Amino acid sequence: MKYLDEYRNPEKVKALLREIASITTQNWVIMEICGGQTHAFLHHGLDAMLPPQIELVHGPGCPVCVTPLEQIDKAIAIASRPDVIFTSYGDMLRVPGSTQDLFSVRAKGGDVRVVYSPLDAVGLAEANPDKEVVFFAIGFETTAPANAMAVLQAKNKNIKNFSVITSHVRVPPAMEAILGSKSNRVQAFLAAGHVCAVMGFHEYPSIAEKYHVPIVVTGFEPIDLLNGMVSAIKQLEAGESIAENQYQRAVKFGGNESAQNTIRSVFQSVDRKWRGIGVIPQSGWGLSPDFADFDAEIKFDVGDILTQESPLCIAGEILQGLKKPTGCPAFGKECTPQTPLGAPMVSAEGACAAYYKYHREVTHE
Amino acid sequence: MNEFDFEGYTCPVPIRPTETVILGHGSGGTLSRDLLRRLFLPDLGTAAPRSLDDSAVVEMNGARFALTTDSHVVSPLFFPGGDIGRLAICGTVNDLAMVGARPIALTCGFVLEEGLPFETLQRVVASMQDAAKEAGVYIAAGDTKVVQKGGADKLFINTSGMGAIADGVNISGANAKEGDVVIASGTIGDHGIAVLSAREDLGFETALESDVAPLNHLIEAMLAAGEIHVLRDPTRGGLATSLVEISEQSNVTIEIEEEKLPYKPAVKAACEMLGFDPLFVANEGKLVAFVKGDDAEMVLSAMKRAKYGEDAAIIGRVIGTGKSQVRLKTAIGGTRLVDMLPGEMLPRIC
Repeated sequence: MKYLDEYRNPEKVKALLREIASITTQNWVIMEICGGQTHAFLHHGLDAMLPPQIELVHGPGCPVCVTPLEQIDKAIAIASRPDVIFTSYGDMLRVPGSTQDLFSVRAKGGDVRVVYSPLDAVGLAEANPDKEVVFFAIGFETTAPANAMAVLQAKNKNIKNFSVITSHVRVPPAMEAILGSKSNRVQAFLAAGHVCAVMGFHEYPSIAEKYHVPIVVTGFEPIDLLNGMVSAIKQLEAGESIAENQYQRAVKFGGNESAQNTIRSVFQSVDRKWRGIGVIPQSGWGLSPDFADFDAEIKFDVGDILTQESPLCIAGEILQGLKKPTGCPAFGKECTPQTPLGAPMVSAEGACAAYYKYHREVTHE
Repeated sequence: MNEFDFEGYTCPVPIRPTETVILGHGSGGTLSRDLLRRLFLPDLGTAAPRSLDDSAVVEMNGARFALTTDSHVVSPLFFPGGDIGRLAICGTVNDLAMVGARPIALTCGFVLEEGLPFETLQRVVASMQDAAKEAGVYIAAGDTKVVQKGGADKLFINTSGMGAIADGVNISGANAKEGDVVIASGTIGDHGIAVLSAREDLGFETALESDVAPLNHLIEAMLAAGEIHVLRDPTRGGLATSLVEISEQSNVTIEIEEEKLPYKPAVKAACEMLGFDPLFVANEGKLVAFVKGDDAEMVLSAMKRAKYGEDAAIIGRVIGTGKSQVRLKTAIGGTRLVDMLPGEMLPRIC
């Protein structure tokens, strides 16, 4: 398949692995920030092919994993209303709230639907004027432009029965939170290529310099990931720390300005709580006051939702790369994709789900 | 920036066992298996051996018969390459054929929603007739119920079937042996992506068609060519789920090779786009066979000569006993586990 097969070429993979082995002289801890990259490493069995000195740790870049429990409980409360058609991307439906998930709401009669685009939700609102259509607008910089566009479209069409629950988060503040933590172990980052395709990587040089950490913008195919690893390890071995772009076919320094303008026309920067990490200042986007009419939390008055947390899950440590999923006592026992203790085991992009799916008992000869 | 104290973070309480049935219970994956093992089998699984194959095998006066039943609730009713009627006949014919039985007769029960156009029903019935003729089975009995508007989604069909198993044929998911070669009869995931594309109106440029087809004649050709130990049609839950089931039934380790898995480029592209693993995508006209190693090439040749087996390919083998596991050698030389689908297959967010 064009644009894929050439980045999965086994000979090139082997050559890059040889290069990595030859340039690695000591132990390094490298975080791939994005859940899609975690899955790619494990899906291709690539993690086990790296030299033992390289420790991959998995970052908080899973939009489902870091959506706070409060937002999920609010979504469940709204989705349970008889006058609401609740729409979401598929992954969100299985994430446990305090007492149930959105699939359970649907099983009890709630009108909960999977959509492939937020614009589909706007279309549903037009087609169902007697219902309130709510879209769960979560995700990183990748989903924000389309979600912003949906709100803009609803406003331009004067659609009154459409609203969104927003829980958008931004990657750079999370990287700084991890690097600034007293328990940080991350020595280099593979930055998420698709996030940078939207936002560029102009924020990264100053982070690399401030924390003395190499940051390499990386794609999602095996050769992309290995090229990113080579760049990161070369920098680590040389004691350098700059922001590099190994995903030049998709990423420009300044990113996609049109998409950024769309985001800024609807959202404003806000403090945002990350599940597993806590509140990170200015790390998210919320609807700007001009679009308050489209804020489902205001429309349905769900501000006093109470959440219930459990002490069993170490998702926070997983999301910061402090522990691997297999280092969790509950992994594969109490916590499985059927009975997830936390979001990283639920989401298709969650690190725990990736380990459970691809890596649970494989012994590598 | 302030230093964050990550200590003391906790995550949500576990999902409690659901109080209601959810869609994932019908996905063919682990939720379906749990429902079967925890609820249906203890209460209902009494008379026949609990082989959990596609059909039960019952003996009477020294002769062996296969017995099966299946319900069909697909939406939309008509999709590229097939419809609910063809699906209902082929699904049951295939379930019989997967234990090596020659399908003899089927029954069909219709649940019709008030307001269903006659023209729709007529098209479905005609399609059933065509499929039955192709498979060489007859429909021996039927039943019709009509429910109020909203009581069903247009049209549901249940089909049951009976087949005869010839002497010397012994096929079961529990019969896989070390050294067996694993053969897939054709490209994987066509049906699931074709139906999803039609249902969600995804607008793929390449027209994908369902592979729904009766496989009994293909299996007859395979049985004549060599020693077959296991047959399974990887419907809901896809090839991955079927292989995991077989590895558990036979307590064997199966290794398949990513590079040998046959996919249509359009299916592969759709899965890449949606974040699906084609190993989990449903098929309706494909089978996976575990064949005695020495006979594999002969069986493969027979399949390639038969209708619906033209794209057959060896995809792996059974590499050990005593540990039920399915491993995938990736195209780039890595190895990973293959597991069942936990619930519904869901498109990713980004």
